[in-house]
Amino acid sequence: MAIAEWREQLKRGEVSARELVDEQLDRINQIDPTMHAFLDVTGDRARADADRIDEARSAGQTLPPLAGVPIAIKDNLCTKGITTTCSSRMLEDFVPPYESTVTERLWNSGAILIGKTNLDEFAMGSSTETSAFGATFNPWDLSRVPGGSSGGSAAAVASGECLAALGSDTGGSIRQPASFCGVVGLKPTYGRVSRWGLIAFASSLDQVGPFTNSVADSAEILQVIAGADPKDSTCLNAAVPDYSASLFDSVKGLRVGLIKECFDHEGLASEVKESVLAAAVQLESLGAEITEVSCPRFNDGIATYYVIAPSEASANLARYDGVKYGYRSEGAENLASMTARSRAEGFGSEVQRRILIGTYALSAGYVDAFYKKAQQVRTLIRGDFENAYKKVDVLLTPTSPTTAFKAGDHVDDPLSMYLSDLLTIPANLAGLPAISLPCGFDEKGLPIGLQLIGNVLDEKRLLSVAHQFEQVADVKAIHPKGHFIP
Amino acid sequence: MSQINSEDVRKVAQLARLDLPEEAVEKYTSQLEKILGYVAQLEKVDTEGIQPTTRAVEVVNVAREDNTLKTDERESLLALAPQREGDFFRVPKILSD
Repeated sequence: MAIAEWREQLKRGEVSARELVDEQLDRINQIDPTMHAFLDVTGDRARADADRIDEARSAGQTLPPLAGVPIAIKDNLCTKGITTTCSSRMLEDFVPPYESTVTERLWNSGAILIGKTNLDEFAMGSSTETSAFGATFNPWDLSRVPGGSSGGSAAAVASGECLAALGSDTGGSIRQPASFCGVVGLKPTYGRVSRWGLIAFASSLDQVGPFTNSVADSAEILQVIAGADPKDSTCLNAAVPDYSASLFDSVKGLRVGLIKECFDHEGLASEVKESVLAAAVQLESLGAEITEVSCPRFNDGIATYYVIAPSEASANLARYDGVKYGYRSEGAENLASMTARSRAEGFGSEVQRRILIGTYALSAGYVDAFYKKAQQVRTLIRGDFENAYKKVDVLLTPTSPTTAFKAGDHVDDPLSMYLSDLLTIPANLAGLPAISLPCGFDEKGLPIGLQLIGNVLDEKRLLSVAHQFEQVADVKAIHPKGHFIP
Repeated sequence: MSQINSEDVRKVAQLARLDLPEEAVEKYTSQLEKILGYVAQLEKVDTEGIQPTTRAVEVVNVAREDNTLKTDERESLLALAPQREGDFFRVPKILSD
């Protein structure tokens, strides 16, 4: 159900907020024991919030835009009084004393917290298998991964456990799971959305964004969470346009660039390539002009990212010392050994691996060869995009080189897992907004996602192109229902 | 970019305050070798004279009025401590014998 449709139903009194919440909780009870999208279901709070909304409606009060919309929140966003674990033993018992800005804005707009969703530990991973509390599975095929790191949020929206969810995206952690689960995932421009209360991973890359069933719903959520925040000085002080009002802005004459290096990549599955190229033809039928552009350094994105992100992570995660909050190892003789043991026991292996890579890349004698070099290549990748946007308005690529892979496929080979983020990482390195939306299915019936990358702060255009593509493509109509979780 | 060996990993683990068992050091060494081997492709990119990017989207200094805000979080923050003593965080002894 679309958020706009829900708003009408609530307004007309056809369905109460309490009925919707109860229905969602039933759905969660039915499917989550096998799919495991949620780490915590906040049923009591959700029912109480829904009752308050129903009372406000009965009393004739004007309801806020997201009144009664059940939303799931990735468990790396702090929710006051509700355990926020980052899917890590390190934060297993962490109850934040404050609320993140994005969630506060959602609750102020009437949205209801339905639960906290699973992720790869500290958002490091592409399959939601590195969670310390067990993996999440893909609702289209429970033997497969939902993608990651925001796999819980993607699976929850895809399977109808909530109307929308929030995730975070450092190298593709919203878009890749959205693609694997057949939903819409938006990573806004770096700084478009406040990160106050988002547990930091890589600060020059992290951004919060929505998972929804439709592009129009993404526009509604972005509307609420975007905009300057006095608590986050990296949040841009730029006006927030009316995203919903511009969804039908004409795409006639819009210049869409296909990034040559993506489509030529040997790792790209042929079914994915064909589906995305067919989507380009559909965009053409809407009046868009399709051209090919070159971003020569695009395929250096992963190497660049796997220096910069772990370096920043190693600094950000230095705060977990077993002193002020988080896990502490018992029985250590002194402070230094207590900290070193707490970190060895509290962090899982993917997190430790990235801390080691980052510490190595930043250590004396290596910082120029690794960190500075990666930052320079990052400049070249940004330059490629700047040149491309002189010729085109938006860029089109597949979101992921493949559809959802089998659980366990990459767990013993971290590098092969990293390579699955090939197509999403460059937008993070350049700070650009990008959206993933369904464009078809492979022959196994698994969803394929396309990615549109916009220029800085061009979410408005990105959403309008995506919305109109969604209308003509009508991907849900070709949905091979047989495979989907019942 | 030279090859990483288990001695490097032990040293880095110490810098990163990770008390790793020997089998973990061995496992991470072979994985890091592979990952850093992949990252080494950056060496081939000509970056002569290229400015490093620290932030993709330029941010400006944000100034605000220097107002005092009262927060009432002392108790809730202290309550998160693995071990506390009154209004202090308790830790094992700091200096070794």
